Amino acid sequence: MIATTPVTVDHENCLVIRDLTVAYGRKVVLEGVQADIRRGQVVGVVGPNGGGKSTLLKAILGIVPAVSGSVMLFGKPADKCRSRIAYVPQREEVDWEFPVTVHDVVMMGRYPHTGWLRRNTANDRRIADEVLRQVDMAEYSGQQIGQLSGGQQQRVFIARALAQEGDVLLLDEPMSGIDASTQDIILRVIEEQSQAGKIILLATHDLVSASCACDCLCCVNERMVSYGPLAETYTSENLAATYGGPVIMLGRAGAPVPAHTHHTGDHTHHHLPGPERT
Amino acid sequence: MAGIDYLTDPLQYDFMKRALVEVILMGAVTGAIGAYIVLRGLAFIGDALSHAIFPGIVIAFLLGQGIFFGALIFGILTSISIGIVSTSQRVKEDSAIGVLFAGSFALGIVLISSSKNFTRDLASFLFGNVLGVTTHDIVLSAIAGAVVIVLIAVFYRELLITSFDRAGAEAMGLPVLVLDLMLLVLISLTIVVSLRAVGNILVVAMLVTPAATARLLTDRLPVMIGLGALIGVVSGIVGLYVSYYNDVAAGGTIVLVATAAFGLAWLFAPNTGYVTTRVVKRRVAAGGPETTILFESPEIQQPHESA
Repeated sequence: MIATTPVTVDHENCLVIRDLTVAYGRKVVLEGVQADIRRGQVVGVVGPNGGGKSTLLKAILGIVPAVSGSVMLFGKPADKCRSRIAYVPQREEVDWEFPVTVHDVVMMGRYPHTGWLRRNTANDRRIADEVLRQVDMAEYSGQQIGQLSGGQQQRVFIARALAQEGDVLLLDEPMSGIDASTQDIILRVIEEQSQAGKIILLATHDLVSASCACDCLCCVNERMVSYGPLAETYTSENLAATYGGPVIMLGRAGAPVPAHTHHTGDHTHHHLPGPERT
Repeated sequence: MAGIDYLTDPLQYDFMKRALVEVILMGAVTGAIGAYIVLRGLAFIGDALSHAIFPGIVIAFLLGQGIFFGALIFGILTSISIGIVSTSQRVKEDSAIGVLFAGSFALGIVLISSSKNFTRDLASFLFGNVLGVTTHDIVLSAIAGAVVIVLIAVFYRELLITSFDRAGAEAMGLPVLVLDLMLLVLISLTIVVSLRAVGNILVVAMLVTPAATARLLTDRLPVMIGLGALIGVVSGIVGLYVSYYNDVAAGGTIVLVATAAFGLAWLFAPNTGYVTTRVVKRRVAAGGPETTILFESPEIQQPHESA
């Protein structure tokens, strides 16, 4: 099932992905991605491991080779306006033992604004303090990044992304390995950024948090299976098509429970069959 | 005073004065750039580069040219080859580098075997000959060292972001491959600066040991760079004096001093030392009156419940 995209698209206010196909060498890892994402939309990128979630985010940034298709942000090629796209990489991609403080990390988010050979200004430092407050990490500013818990480290990276003051936020598995209070803070930040008109893409293997945070889902499994509003895509048929096997839908409190409900619970763990790679 | 004499006595010889300047330059540059070698896990690449530079030195020597430029050209060529090879997906990076550097080292040995003073020349390249340093060598070392230090300072933030979080750096549009290449060229320059003092084989020790020692003592990158340079300089000076008074090889002695400094830091570093952490653990276990257990994270702060 592929949701139909609106015929008229305001390209000046959208992240527009057309026929995007990514390959490493000759191996195609993701193909046929089509999406129009408006300002304020929160899109969950879901699918099995190795299905191409991270690849999609990296392809939007232009740091993995797209063999065809295009990604346009506000009418310009997205890889030409990377400073407007803030990216939170997966935890595994970062060297957490590196000798930097929380403040140093957040200042990295200001780099696209200061650029080569310039020094950070008082304004950069003010913004760094402000974004640390937004994720409740202000008092940790001078701490080593390696001394923090996983959740706190994730919050620092969210703060770094906010410090960049971009128009697009790409979050790669921000909910993995974190505590409940960090999860609440991240959900709150996503909500605030969405209301501020930012475009947010959230790659996650956790369907429950995706359904809480997002208003659209982009389901990928080596190709785009579906893209559309939650009501159309968060269904057992669609998710079964995405994960390549039957999916048991577990409802969540305070949300409409899709068809084929077997059990209701607040925190549920989905084990979904699918190709296990990466 | 005997102590002062001990320090000034060797300096009556010009060759010792020159040697002292050379080891100070070498220690400062290796200790500073070593921070990135240690943090990015480039010890093997540093070793490979130093071996790959060898034929460049030999060719320049046999042609009667300055070995400085021969080494530099080979260093840059090897840096570029490593950069290109590491982007290929077919060959594992470490195997490719292993093939490359062992091959070029062999080429250097074959070439130098044609020299009349084969053994002596080989020994001075492999193990250094700091007492034979000329003023010309010092000037070249100073220029190369200054280039390395200035570029580390100018591109501090770029190297920091790229080393810490490569994916994030790429996402910000930083030219990570160009920065990688620059770092490799800077390491080559550093190796060239170090050749006279410690020789081709032991260069890797100076690239890694002072910076690794500094890492044990600090959690701040700028401090680590400065402290690494300081440890490199002190190892150079102490090693040179010890070798003078005991009539042993200067290069090896300098490296041994650096290694001893690392050993001390590993045992007694304030927060990470093997002995220090054990003593703290024992105090905590004994539950002395001054013991306070602080949890780093409020989320894991839980009341202790004893069974």
